[in-house]
Amino acid sequence: MISNKRLVLAHFWLAFAVFGLAILLGEWQMFIRSPLHGWLHNPDLYYRSVTAHGTVMGYVFPTLIAMGFGYAITELSLGQALIGRRWAWAGYVMIIVGSVAAVVPVALGLDSVLYTFYPPMIGNAFYYIGVVLVVLGSWIWVALMGINLQAWKRAHPGVAVPLPMFANVAAAYLWGWTAVGAALELLFQILPVALGFSNTINAGLARVLFSWTLHAIVYFWLMPAYIAFYTIVPRAIGGRLYSDTMARISFALFLVFSMPIGIHHLFADPQVGSGFKFIHSVFTAMVTVPTLLTVFTIGASVEIAARLRGGKGVFGWLKALPWDNPQMLALAFSFVMLGFGGAGGLINMSYQLDSTIHNTQWITGHFHLIFGGAVVIMYFAIAYDLWPHLTGRAMRDLGMIRMQLWLWFVGMIVTTFPWHYVGILGMPRRMAYYDYSAPGTSGEAISVIMSTMGGALLVVSAVLFLVILYRNHSASRVEPAPFTFSRAIHEPSSLPLALNGLGLWVGLMIALTITNYAYPIVQLMGLPDARVPAVFVGAK
Amino acid sequence: MAQTFSADSHDTAALSQRIEKRWALLMVSIIGLLVAVMIFTGLHWAMMPPSRVETIDPSTLHLSGEFVESNLGSAVEADGSVTVRVIGQQYSFTPQCLVVPAKTPIRFRVTSADVIHGMLITGTNINSMVEPGYISTFKTEFKQAGDHLMPCHEYCGAGHEAMWANVKVVDKDAFSKMAVNTRRLTCDL
Repeated sequence: MISNKRLVLAHFWLAFAVFGLAILLGEWQMFIRSPLHGWLHNPDLYYRSVTAHGTVMGYVFPTLIAMGFGYAITELSLGQALIGRRWAWAGYVMIIVGSVAAVVPVALGLDSVLYTFYPPMIGNAFYYIGVVLVVLGSWIWVALMGINLQAWKRAHPGVAVPLPMFANVAAAYLWGWTAVGAALELLFQILPVALGFSNTINAGLARVLFSWTLHAIVYFWLMPAYIAFYTIVPRAIGGRLYSDTMARISFALFLVFSMPIGIHHLFADPQVGSGFKFIHSVFTAMVTVPTLLTVFTIGASVEIAARLRGGKGVFGWLKALPWDNPQMLALAFSFVMLGFGGAGGLINMSYQLDSTIHNTQWITGHFHLIFGGAVVIMYFAIAYDLWPHLTGRAMRDLGMIRMQLWLWFVGMIVTTFPWHYVGILGMPRRMAYYDYSAPGTSGEAISVIMSTMGGALLVVSAVLFLVILYRNHSASRVEPAPFTFSRAIHEPSSLPLALNGLGLWVGLMIALTITNYAYPIVQLMGLPDARVPAVFVGAK
Repeated sequence: MAQTFSADSHDTAALSQRIEKRWALLMVSIIGLLVAVMIFTGLHWAMMPPSRVETIDPSTLHLSGEFVESNLGSAVEADGSVTVRVIGQQYSFTPQCLVVPAKTPIRFRVTSADVIHGMLITGTNINSMVEPGYISTFKTEFKQAGDHLMPCHEYCGAGHEAMWANVKVVDKDAFSKMAVNTRRLTCDL
């Protein structure tokens, strides 16, 4: 039972509203740089749009989803009212204020620096301050998740922490620590220049600090989806979770291994030595392990559901699955996209293969497929599952929901597969237009048009999604059955200390961050020659 | 399946754990194999990204040192290899057209005069960031003659989309003839 329904709804609705706006920007970008449109006479409009799209989709949208879902999980899995309700609202307000402060100067063309900042380019300080406020607002959530878990543990000594809360707090701690890298970059490098206290910046150091955030943030985006895989889908399709222990191990491994790997974004950079590039490459390989464990556990859980429904045979049980259930459909689509996206990720992780596709459209295709595809489709599934419990009204548009999920899946494949392909051809990222008449690039025209069409399907799907949620608010009232999370085949009665709390894993996360990042950061801080003059963008 | 929950829950727990462990072992081995391949190609083919952490002051590039304008382009070294020096700046590369020989060891030295840029050469694995304050050095060899594009691949400001250079790979002999009369070669007009 969720007692703070308005808090959770406010987070979800704001998240989906900004998502709806940012996806329109995304499709406009795809159209404007495709052969369907002439060259933009003011390319800066494109970069403003990219900055806004990235800032919303990368920082604001997933953070709000994780927060809203986290508050819901706290109340539903611990069975206690949220401690710190006022603080939670304060965090929410900070995110709104921060988002507005960030987006207004971007719209005015004062901050076309993209959401990855790219110093020594420096824009108007309000954009960076806005992003810092969004992060600070989310840190309130991080603290509240820890406090709520501790309070529950004190009241229930010796009882196993429910899996959803264990995973949720792992996600919170992951975010709390990973955001530190970008925060250091903003507070010590970018803001002093943007506010006029300094006029030089070490661009190499800034990139290393940002890489601290850049990869683990992806796992923070992904955590709600994985929580849904383990704790919602098996219950929704009438099955059982294969293994509670393996689920905990996967979340703990994510916490430990998603941090010390960010330098794989810097394989082609001159300011990091090959030794650390190699180490980060190996650790990136390790972070695939929890995903591969998840594929097994969830696959097995789904099979249990099928066999409970009378499924037979080695593969015959697939037919017995409830394919008309939106949760089943979303999971299947998510896994297909995760499979392709994950295979692409293995290519990015190895630094020989990375040089073929680094900073090409392949990369844009890769993270849209993984995040926009595999993860966001589970955000939809989470909303569909929680909504009746938040509104107290029946979710009856099952046909529309299935249509929406299909459109998202097909749209994402049609958008991202051609995107990967032109990347292999060497098409660079983030350009306001391309010369499709040049001999070297004319072959890419048709693929770019296909991606634009896929993007249009995604827009239709997003509109349909918002309509379904909106319509639910005026559907007939129901008293939904009490919300439950999946039950494991063997529910844990007692757990080893390491799997009933996150202390050990947080310790490992911090230790590995230090071993893998301390030397490159200290080395670059000791290079005063590498401080270069800032280059201001927009009016100053 | 439904009965086994209650019947021998201890046995099924042990069984499910065994299967799980087998899967985990298989996955870890696959990942281990991938890492081994990375180590092998890294050492055996000496495929290494630019990683020297070598610094340079971008505000005096044009005044002295190896990146003065007269020293940019392709230079033939005493051992027959070629060194190509390139600068990226908003919103062009200098030189705008590189000329290099095929089947010859080539070393690139690239830096930026202002913000972060990137470069890749289409149809090859040449791909590097170009950052102010640092010099990117990497080695390569072109297998055959041909024309390639060389776009900037990192957002560098409102003119980023127009930052493209050309690379002309010519036969070794043709290159030697061109090199007779010039100290630094480019195909700039």
